[in-house]
Amino acid sequence: MGKYLVKKALILVFTLLVTSFVVFAIFAILPGDPAVHKLGTQATPERLELMREEMGLNEPFVLRYVKWLGSIFTLEFGRSYSYSCSVGSLIVSKIPINLTLSVMALLIVCAVSVPMGIYTAKHVGGKADKLVMALNQFFMSLPPFLLGLALTYLFGIVFRLFTPGGYVDYTSNLFGFISYLFFPALALAIPKCAMCIRLLKTGILEEAQKDYARTAYSRGNSTTQMLYKHILKNAVMPTITFVGMVVADMIASGIIIEQVFGIPGLGRSLLSAISTRDYPVVTAIVMLIAILIVSVGFVTDIIHAMIDPRIRR
Amino acid sequence: MLCVNHLTIEFHDHSLPETAVDDISFTLKEGEILGIVGESGSGKSMTALAVAGLLNRGDIKKSGEILWEGKNLLFVDRSELRNIQGKDIAIVFQDPLTGLNPLRKIGWQVEEALRVHGERDKMKLREAAIKALADVKLPEPEKIYQMYPHELSGGMRQRVMIAAAMICKPKLLIADEPTTALDVTIQAQIIELLREINQTADTAILFISHDLSLVKQLAERVLVMKDGKIAEEGTVEKIFQNPSAMYTKELIAAIPAMLPKGVKNE
Repeated sequence: MGKYLVKKALILVFTLLVTSFVVFAIFAILPGDPAVHKLGTQATPERLELMREEMGLNEPFVLRYVKWLGSIFTLEFGRSYSYSCSVGSLIVSKIPINLTLSVMALLIVCAVSVPMGIYTAKHVGGKADKLVMALNQFFMSLPPFLLGLALTYLFGIVFRLFTPGGYVDYTSNLFGFISYLFFPALALAIPKCAMCIRLLKTGILEEAQKDYARTAYSRGNSTTQMLYKHILKNAVMPTITFVGMVVADMIASGIIIEQVFGIPGLGRSLLSAISTRDYPVVTAIVMLIAILIVSVGFVTDIIHAMIDPRIRR
Repeated sequence: MLCVNHLTIEFHDHSLPETAVDDISFTLKEGEILGIVGESGSGKSMTALAVAGLLNRGDIKKSGEILWEGKNLLFVDRSELRNIQGKDIAIVFQDPLTGLNPLRKIGWQVEEALRVHGERDKMKLREAAIKALADVKLPEPEKIYQMYPHELSGGMRQRVMIAAAMICKPKLLIADEPTTALDVTIQAQIIELLREINQTADTAILFISHDLSLVKQLAERVLVMKDGKIAEEGTVEKIFQNPSAMYTKELIAAIPAMLPKGVKNE
């Protein structure tokens, strides 16, 4: 296990290095002069040159990359073009918002789909199973933003369970913050729940057909013992892979959901930075998302190896 | 001890019902080894699964009796059946590669029948499992106790399966083609092991195989099955020296003979 961990960690570091280089390079070779953008087309060549010098644009590419890489570790991420401050001070305060949103959505996914998956597998072909599978088809094909609008209408306007657009910041009221994020998290979670239930159910049914399940029955196990002691551990593997992908996808879907519910998270910062061509901010947020996705992949691999001894070699 | 009367097993998973086992009857006495031979599809494995109480699918229709110490296993309560499964009747399957749970340690799986039947003491479970592993001639049982199935060879895994089946000292061990997935030298060792188990633990064995020569080595009595019916029944000597059914004669003729040196097989 130790060796496997080290191997995976090295791959993680390498992947992140490559990703960081690609991300930095893409925004560095984009056409357009940031100095012109900042000073306007009327600026004199001398002033532009001075600005380039000040922004560090005249340094060689590799040096700029290394400096930027270093600034990630100090959570500074370089300097914003639009604001005269570090990118970090603009976006670090947004990270808890997106993290809370994703973790809440993830908890909802797990809390709903694990019991439902087990239940529908146990009573496959029953009324509940048919109903859940029909609903699944429906929710799986529903884009999160539409679900977001529907939830806002239903719970915000009809039932008045929350104030649409009434975002509360976590620094002022933590409870209000969490309760406001519940419905956005729900909108993110519902399509994923549908998929997870399905995966877990098919996983359980597939494993139950295998020879080792028959062996376990022959030793006098009941169906319940069978399910919890033998099948679940085997059946949960594809679901874990999927949940890892869900976490990554939640960041992407989260950007849209933020807009629907009026949450000033990373997504909003990203969109405004793109429209003002504030590339350091865009680079930083893209890099943050990349770090998150690669790390989730790493954690998924570790969980797999913890469950399955055949992997950790 | 075991008395099967007019057992019939029908599959209803297609439009036409198919009969896998057609009105068979046989008995098995304590400590006896009974062989069942037949080609694939002859119903021998279905018979084995039925005796082990493992045919519970809704689309399988069973009739007749499988009397185990007076109880009809075909129609007994699930909980009562579970009390017998693993404790009095144990089964070893054909493929030891897929028959073990890949995510559980060998020790945990060998102990399972004991644990399911009420033993909670971890030390006792461990002790029993290690003894069972040693009884099936596995080297370094303490080490194997901690290993996972994928770390063992096919022959070792089949020994593990037998150890797991024998841990509660069952009165009947069903061996459903236990050597088919193994190579020939390992086959002979497993047969030897089964014979030893029969002699030392006085466990009756229902030995299912398509290989008549293996059955000849191990069993006292043989049941020849064909198309779900019993073609012939008798002691090993009788079947080999004086087969009455045409099918049995064909089976015996199909066994490759050991020819003396220098004689070419034509």
